[in-house]
Amino acid sequence: MSVNDSVRPAAGSSIYSANGNGHPRRAESEHLPNRGTALDLDWVEDVAVNTSAVERRAQTLGTRRTVKKDWQCAWLLRAISCMDLTTLSGDDSDQRVLRLCAKAKRPVHHEVLEKLGAGSLELKVAAVCVYHRFVETAVRALEGSGINVAAVSTGFPAGLSPIEERIQEIKRSIDAGAQEIDIVITRSHVFGAKWNELYDEVASFKEACGKVHMKAILGTGDLVTLRNVYRASLVAMMAGADFIKTSTGKETVNATLPVGLVMVRAIREYHERTGMMVGFKPAGGIRTAKQSLEWLSLIKEELGNDWLNANYFRFGASGMLGDIERQLEFHATGRYSADYRHAIA
Amino acid sequence: MSILEKFETMEYGPALEDSKEALVWLDQHKREFGHFINNEWVKPSSGEYFDTNDPSTADRLAKIAQGSAEDINEAVKAARAALSGWQKLTPHARARYLYALARQVQKHSRRLAVLETLDNGKPIRESRDIDIPLVARHFYHHAGWAQLLPQEFPGHTACGVVGQIIPWNFPLLMLAWKIAPALATGNTVVLKPAEFTPLTALAFAEICRQVGLPAGVVNIVTGDGRTGEALVNHPDVDKIAFTGSTEVGRLIRKATAKSHKKISLELGGKSPFIIFDDADLDSAVEGLVDGIWFNQGQVCCAGSRLLMQESIAERLVEKIRARMSKLRVGAPLDKAIDMGAIVAPVQLERIRKLVDQGVAEGATCHQPETALPDKGLFFPPTLLVNVHPTSTVAQQEIFGPVLSAMTFRTLREAVELANNTAYGLAASVWSENINVALQVASQIKSGVVWVNSTNLFDAACGFGGYRESGYGREGGREGLEEYLEPEWFKRAPVVKVSAAKSDAEPKTGDSAAIDRTVKLYIGGKQARPDSGYSYSVVSPKGVLLGEAPLGNRKDIRNAVEAARKAEGWAKATAHNRAQVLYYMAENLSQRAGEITRNLAQFESAKSAEQEVEASIQRIFAYAAWADKFDGAVHAPPMRNVSLAMNEPVGTIGIACPDDAPLLGFLSLVLPAIALGNAVVAIPSERYPLIIGDLYQVFDTSDLPAGVVNIVSGRTSELLKTLAEHDDIDAIWCFRDEASSQAAKTLSAGNLKQVFTNEGRAIDWFDSAQGEGRWFLRHASQVKNIWVPYGE
Repeated sequence: MSVNDSVRPAAGSSIYSANGNGHPRRAESEHLPNRGTALDLDWVEDVAVNTSAVERRAQTLGTRRTVKKDWQCAWLLRAISCMDLTTLSGDDSDQRVLRLCAKAKRPVHHEVLEKLGAGSLELKVAAVCVYHRFVETAVRALEGSGINVAAVSTGFPAGLSPIEERIQEIKRSIDAGAQEIDIVITRSHVFGAKWNELYDEVASFKEACGKVHMKAILGTGDLVTLRNVYRASLVAMMAGADFIKTSTGKETVNATLPVGLVMVRAIREYHERTGMMVGFKPAGGIRTAKQSLEWLSLIKEELGNDWLNANYFRFGASGMLGDIERQLEFHATGRYSADYRHAIA
Repeated sequence: MSILEKFETMEYGPALEDSKEALVWLDQHKREFGHFINNEWVKPSSGEYFDTNDPSTADRLAKIAQGSAEDINEAVKAARAALSGWQKLTPHARARYLYALARQVQKHSRRLAVLETLDNGKPIRESRDIDIPLVARHFYHHAGWAQLLPQEFPGHTACGVVGQIIPWNFPLLMLAWKIAPALATGNTVVLKPAEFTPLTALAFAEICRQVGLPAGVVNIVTGDGRTGEALVNHPDVDKIAFTGSTEVGRLIRKATAKSHKKISLELGGKSPFIIFDDADLDSAVEGLVDGIWFNQGQVCCAGSRLLMQESIAERLVEKIRARMSKLRVGAPLDKAIDMGAIVAPVQLERIRKLVDQGVAEGATCHQPETALPDKGLFFPPTLLVNVHPTSTVAQQEIFGPVLSAMTFRTLREAVELANNTAYGLAASVWSENINVALQVASQIKSGVVWVNSTNLFDAACGFGGYRESGYGREGGREGLEEYLEPEWFKRAPVVKVSAAKSDAEPKTGDSAAIDRTVKLYIGGKQARPDSGYSYSVVSPKGVLLGEAPLGNRKDIRNAVEAARKAEGWAKATAHNRAQVLYYMAENLSQRAGEITRNLAQFESAKSAEQEVEASIQRIFAYAAWADKFDGAVHAPPMRNVSLAMNEPVGTIGIACPDDAPLLGFLSLVLPAIALGNAVVAIPSERYPLIIGDLYQVFDTSDLPAGVVNIVSGRTSELLKTLAEHDDIDAIWCFRDEASSQAAKTLSAGNLKQVFTNEGRAIDWFDSAQGEGRWFLRHASQVKNIWVPYGE
C-alpha cells in the first residue's frame, strides 16, 4: 500500500443550488479539483474575520483534541506522508539535496516501522521541495519513488522580479521535471486591495503551470491582518491555485494556527460555494511532533477527513521529521529516544 | 485495530486522563466525608449520609454527610468564635493566607481538576484549563484586595459570619467566588456545596487546614436543600450569598426578610447571543460552542437564545449544524471530547422534557448523529429553530446543551428581543462594526455583555445580573462591596416608631390664609387622588396643618407608568442631569423663606431653617455627583478592554422617612435621579404637605415629566403596592423596621433590588451618613462590557 496512491476525483458537473442568500451552494459530497472561478469581488469584500475570536479558537484546538498511543502513532505516520521535505538555504548543494531525497524515501528507520506493524506502509513523504537549481538532481534521485519534486518559483521568496521572468521560471522548472510549483504572490497587491491584479497574477502562474500542481504562497507573515489572509486566500483560489500555502519560511512569522485556521475556513467556504477542493500547506515554524498533531486535528475539525491526505494537505517542514521519528521510536520501544539515533536528511 | 487501520481511518482514540491520584485521595478518606467545622472533620449529628456519584458511570464516589440544623449551628458557632481573631489579624496577614490558598490550589491543580470532573461530569479540558486556573486567579486577586482593604475601603467593616450556598455547575469555582472575597474583607464563612458535587469543596477544606488557616474561618457543611435552609434561617448569620436558581433565590429573599441579613443572589438566565450580518460567522459559531455547549450548557450565563439577523440566518444554521456534527460527547475524563455528562438524572430528565415541549410547540429540533456513550447521563448538542418569543424554550432556562434560535430584522428589534425576558444575566453580541456592537451592549439589560466573545470570566471583573437574574456582583471592587458595610451604619440606633395618633380633634390653625390644595405629583402634573379622599395633616402639637391627598394603589400604578415613560432621563447626558439638579437648588433657594415657614409648622423654626439650607447643599452635592460617579476599566489577563459601567437601575420606588420631610426625601430621591433613574416616592406620612413645595421646585427646574412622581397616603398600603409592582426595579425603604421587612418580603415577586435602613436611624444632616457613594451605589448597577480587540 502506498500513501500517495489515491487518485484525485474527476471533475463533476457544476450544478449550483441557491441557498436564498444569493450564495451558490454545492452539495457537500462534491469533490471537484479547483478549476478556478471568475473573480467575485463582492465575496472578497464581504469577508469578516475577528482576530481575537480566531485566536481563541486556535488556542483551544490543541487542548480540545489529542491522540494517544496507537492513534498517535498512526497520526504521526500520516503527518510524515503529508510532508514536503524541504531545503531552501543559500548553501544548498547537489549532495545536500541527494541526502534529502534519500531521507524522503526512507523517512523512518525500517526497524521502527516494523515494530509498529507499519512495515507494509512503504512510508514516504509527499514531495521534496527545492530551488529550481536542484530540480533535476531531485527528479533523478526520486525517479520511480512516487515522491513528487516541488520547486519554489516566481522570484521566491519576495516575488518581486518582473512578471515575465517569474512565468519563465515556472516553465523552466516544469521543463526540468518539477511536478509541483510553489509560487509566491506579490504581497503589495493585498495591501493595496488590488484584487484584480492579484487574481491576474495567480491566474497567469496557473496558466504557466498547466496541469502541474500549483501551490500559492501568500506570505501571511507579511500580510499582517487575518482579514488580508482570508481575502488573499479567496483570490488565489478563484484564480485556480490547487493549494494555498502560508509562508515561504523566510518571513519573520510563518505558519501559525490562527493563520491556518483562517485559510482553512476560506477553503471550506470556497468548497461549500463551488464544490471545488483546494489543498492547504502550512510552512515554516512547524518543528515538533505535537505541532504536527495540532495541525492535523485543525484540518480534521475544520475540513474533515477528506482533506487529511497528501492530495489536500502538506506540511512544509524539515526539522519536524526528526522529532516525529523520536516519538515513533518511543512508541516502538517504550524508551525515550535520542536524535542522533535517527538518520539526518 | 492496528496502527495501519488507524492510519487509514484517522479517527480519534480514547485519551483518558488518569484518575488514580484523585481516587487515592478518596480512598485516604475511606470514601466517607464528614463536615469540616473548626478545622476538624465532624460526623453528621444525624448520622445520615448520601452518595455522590460519577454521572458518566453512575458509580458511587463517596459517602457525604447530610448536614442538619444542628450541624449548621455548630458551624455558625465556630465561624462566630473565629470572627474576632480573624478580624484582629493585619490585612497583610489575611493576604498571606489567601495567597497560600492560591498557591495550594495551583500545586494541586490536576487532582482538583480530575476530582471536579469525576464528581460533576464536565470535560477534563474545562476543569483543567478553565475552572481550576480561574479558582487560583480568584484567590490571588483577592489576596491583593485583603492587603489593600483599609486604604481602598475606609470606613467599612465586614458583615460578620457569612453563609454561602453554591451550585453544582462550577463547584470549586463558585466556592472561590464566594470564599475569596468573604475572607479578604474579614468575614468568616459557613459554606454549603451542592449536594451533587461536594468533593472539591472538601478537598479545599483540607487545603485550608494545610495552609494553617485559623480554625473556624472556613467551615464546610454538606447536604441538600434542607441544610441550605437551616443556614439561611440561622439567626446568627449576617449575610447570605447564594448562587442557584431564581426560584430558590426568591425563597431566600423571603426567608431573610425579617432579619438584617444582607443578601446577594446570582440566579438564572436566558442570555441572548446576537449575531449581526456583518459578524465573522465562523467565529460566532465557535462562540456558540463556548457559549451553549460549554459545560453541557449547564451554565447560568449560557448564550441559550440565539438571535440571528434574518439575512444570514439560513447560512448560519447550516454552519451551526455542521459544527455540531463535529462535537464529541463522551467520557468526561477523555481529553479529546467537547461535552461530558449531565450532572444528575433529574437534570437530564428536565432537559428532555423541555426539548420535547419545544418540539410540541412547533420548534424544529436539530441534533447531530453524534455517538453517545451507552451508559451514563448524556444529551447531544441540540439546536431548536422555528422558535418564537412565546415558546417555552425561548423563555425558560433549560440548563442543558440546547440552543433556541430566532431571527431579527433590525438592531432595534434585536435589542427588543434580547430584553424580552425576566432575566438579565449576560449577553453576547457579534458584529465587526464597533458602533453596532457598543450600541447594542449599551441597550441590553444584563450585568455582562461580551462583544465578539462569550463566557469570559475574571476575578477583576464583576459578574452578576439585572432583573430576576439576581443582585450583587461577584468579582472586582463591586464584588467586595457585597461583603462590607459602612461602619456607622452597623452601629446606627433603631428608628423610634412614632407614637400612635391621638384621636383628639385637631386644633385648627390660622384660617386667614387662602386654603392651600396639595395634590399628588404624577407624570409632571398635579393629580387628584383616585380615591377622592384627603387626610388631615396634624403638627406634633396637634394643630391641623391642612389636608393631604390620600393616594391608593391606582395612583401608584399611574405613577409607575409615568416613571416608565420617563426613560429618556436615563439617556440624558450626565451634564444635563447635573444642570437640572443645580437649577433645582437655585429654585429651592428662591423659595427658601416660604418653604422654611411651611416646614416650621411641623418642626421648630430653627430646625426648618437648617433643613432647607442642608437640602440646598444636598442638591448641590448630587448635582456634583451626577457626572462623576464613573465606572472603571478592568484589567483581566487578556487583550481586552473591560468596561465596568454604572447604569441606572430603572424605576425606583422610595418610601421616605417621617422625620426631615424635605431633607430625607431629597437625600433619597436625588441620588436616584442624579444617575438617571425615575422615582416613585412616598413622602413623609406625617408631613406630606412637602409635596406642594417640591413640585413647585421641580416644575420650575426643567425636570422632565415622570422622573419624580410623588404619592402620599398611608405608607404601609402604598409601600405594599410599590414593593410588589413588577415594573419597579428597586425598592428603597427608610422608615421603621416593620417597613423594611415588608419591603424585603414583598419584593420577592420580581426580585427587585432592595435598599433599606434596616429600621435604623440615619442622621440626614450628617453628610457622612446621609449622602454619597453608599446611595449612589444602590442607585446604579454595574454592567461589565468585555471588548476584545486586535487586528
